[in-house]
Amino acid sequence: MKKIFSLISAAILSMSMLASCAENEDSAEETEEESVQQTLTVADTEYYTRFKDKGISINVYNWGEYISTGADEGTLDVNGEFEKLTGIKVNYTNFATNEELYAKLKGGAASYDVIIPSDYMISKMINEDMIQPLDFDNIPNFSYIMENFHNQDYDPENAYSVPYTWGTVGIIYDTTMIDMAAEDIDWDLLWNEDYADQILMFDNPRDAFAIAEIMLGYSINTENEEELRHAAAKLLSQKKNVQAYVMDEVFDKMGAGDALIAPYYAGDALTIMEDNEDLGFVVPKSGTNLFIDAMCVPTNARQKEAAEMYINFMCEPDIAYSNIDYICYSTPHQAAYEMLDEEVQQSHISYPDQDFIRDKTTVFVNLSDEANQLMQDLWTEMKSAEDETANRWIVPVFLVFCILLMAFVLIKRHIKKKKDIF
Amino acid sequence: MKLKYFSAPYLVWMVVFIVVPLLMIGFFAFTNEDGQFTMKYISDVGQYANIFVRSIWLSLIATAICLVIAYPVAFILSRMEKHKQGTMLMIVMLPMWMNFLLRTYAWMTLLGNNGIINHLLGMVGLGPFKLINTSGAVVLGMVYNYLPFMILPLYSVMEKIDNSMFEAAEDLGCSYFQTLFRVIVPLSVPGITSGITMVFVPAISTFIISRMLGGGSNLLIGDLIEMQFLGNAYNPHLGAAISLVLMVIILVIMTVMNQFDPDDQVLM
Repeated sequence: MKKIFSLISAAILSMSMLASCAENEDSAEETEEESVQQTLTVADTEYYTRFKDKGISINVYNWGEYISTGADEGTLDVNGEFEKLTGIKVNYTNFATNEELYAKLKGGAASYDVIIPSDYMISKMINEDMIQPLDFDNIPNFSYIMENFHNQDYDPENAYSVPYTWGTVGIIYDTTMIDMAAEDIDWDLLWNEDYADQILMFDNPRDAFAIAEIMLGYSINTENEEELRHAAAKLLSQKKNVQAYVMDEVFDKMGAGDALIAPYYAGDALTIMEDNEDLGFVVPKSGTNLFIDAMCVPTNARQKEAAEMYINFMCEPDIAYSNIDYICYSTPHQAAYEMLDEEVQQSHISYPDQDFIRDKTTVFVNLSDEANQLMQDLWTEMKSAEDETANRWIVPVFLVFCILLMAFVLIKRHIKKKKDIF
Repeated sequence: MKLKYFSAPYLVWMVVFIVVPLLMIGFFAFTNEDGQFTMKYISDVGQYANIFVRSIWLSLIATAICLVIAYPVAFILSRMEKHKQGTMLMIVMLPMWMNFLLRTYAWMTLLGNNGIINHLLGMVGLGPFKLINTSGAVVLGMVYNYLPFMILPLYSVMEKIDNSMFEAAEDLGCSYFQTLFRVIVPLSVPGITSGITMVFVPAISTFIISRMLGGGSNLLIGDLIEMQFLGNAYNPHLGAAISLVLMVIILVIMTVMNQFDPDDQVLM
């Protein structure tokens, strides 16, 4: 008996471990494809061969599916090419959210040389001294980065980060079921009761609050308590129409037609639209969040120079083009942009016009700890708020159940004691 | 005895990976960012009372359903011929060979609005029903994933009940139901209590099932804890406090469970 119990407990343990591993997503996935048609040319080979044969390795921590692996024919295996060129070994791993990256670095156990967080997380990390200023002499290819992506609010002096990709948040919708002209669609579609239970929403307070804040005319970086509370109330009023709060499940649910409307990131929307032709994507005219993911070097990096070399390599035109071609997000890299097909360059989804970007989009910056905590609390409150009817009986029933259970136990013990006397 | 030295590796393991982390949870729960003692986070847990109640409620329902389903299954299993028992046990265990996440993911496709179940119902002119993103779906996910943990302990207890017991009961004039409630159930109480523990404890602390099948609006304690570490606000102190309260709740419920054991033997 004991044996079976220990077996089962072992099974539970390994199961939960498996679950958490799967959560963290697959690590290093470097496919060594030989069929590279695109050939790589770099400007300065000498620069890249400095560390050859020194046995150096760097740890790169990036989003999942966020680098060209050479799996598709005619694309480059970026990490493979880097290793071949420089002799530096790349240990490549993935994270799923900025918060996961933060928790991992904050925990202090892991040391990374290159990380690719988003805007608000970069400003948070600068504030907490978690990333270090870069030596731009080692990153000559920074000159390729478009002017308007320099000195963003999250890194005003542009000392810590080199932009990698950017994009906007918009609405994915089923064009066959939603009979509206694309230019008429705005965020209020997500509140439209006609589509109750067909709407998905971000399962992430920052993105969800941003939508409510834009609708209410607030800044998406507001720390004002009253404004945050209004935004939470706005989100609560949407809740009855929301089918589910999801993140990456959007791919499945929208792809399969389980829902009609979902807000999501432009690059991912393009990927979903490849699977389901009925879908359309629109960047709402009342404005949206512009996000930028940029490469940084953590303060505790072991190989800073090699890390800068990697960042510079990522900014080589051929490499930048390969990556952007693979991940479908928008590029801040001038030369890579020019290499794209004209169709993509003109696309309103990936590259909305400059005036719109300047006037109607805002980049996230980090909020204060208090504002973050408040937002988190309001979010939990909003999500766990139930309809009155459901809530009223659960608590008393549970209490009664507990009391009955206790009574039963006591009576049973009493009877047993009596029995023992005889 | 020299034998006790063999337990040294496990002792080290237990201290490093069980005792130390537990102490750390306790430490984090009662301190603030500067390492000073505070009761703030423990009292903050109070505002999530409704999430606690929902978690306990849903996992109790799931445990009850598991017990009702598993009891006859375990009994039938234990009365089979020996060589058949092995095969049947393997079939019970079979789903556990697959990744937990994958199994839950599969239910997403089954229960979806355009999923297979609604599709089949649609063919006979029914539905579509709202199956996914409900608390019912969360309970279903729990029952499906944890059912083997109820069957196995029940089976291992019942297997030891000799057939002559039933014959004796019948000889002494027991009816069918009297045999069940006065012979089989009392003899299988240790299996019932450990089965309930094995199902209830993972069910109450799960978070991925409610995320995937509950549509994000059926928050459980597990989700709440996860949000403190990987959510918007990185707050390990509150996360530790919630975990601590959860542990206390589980401890209380397990103590109550152990009262049912006839010999007062502690199984877990």
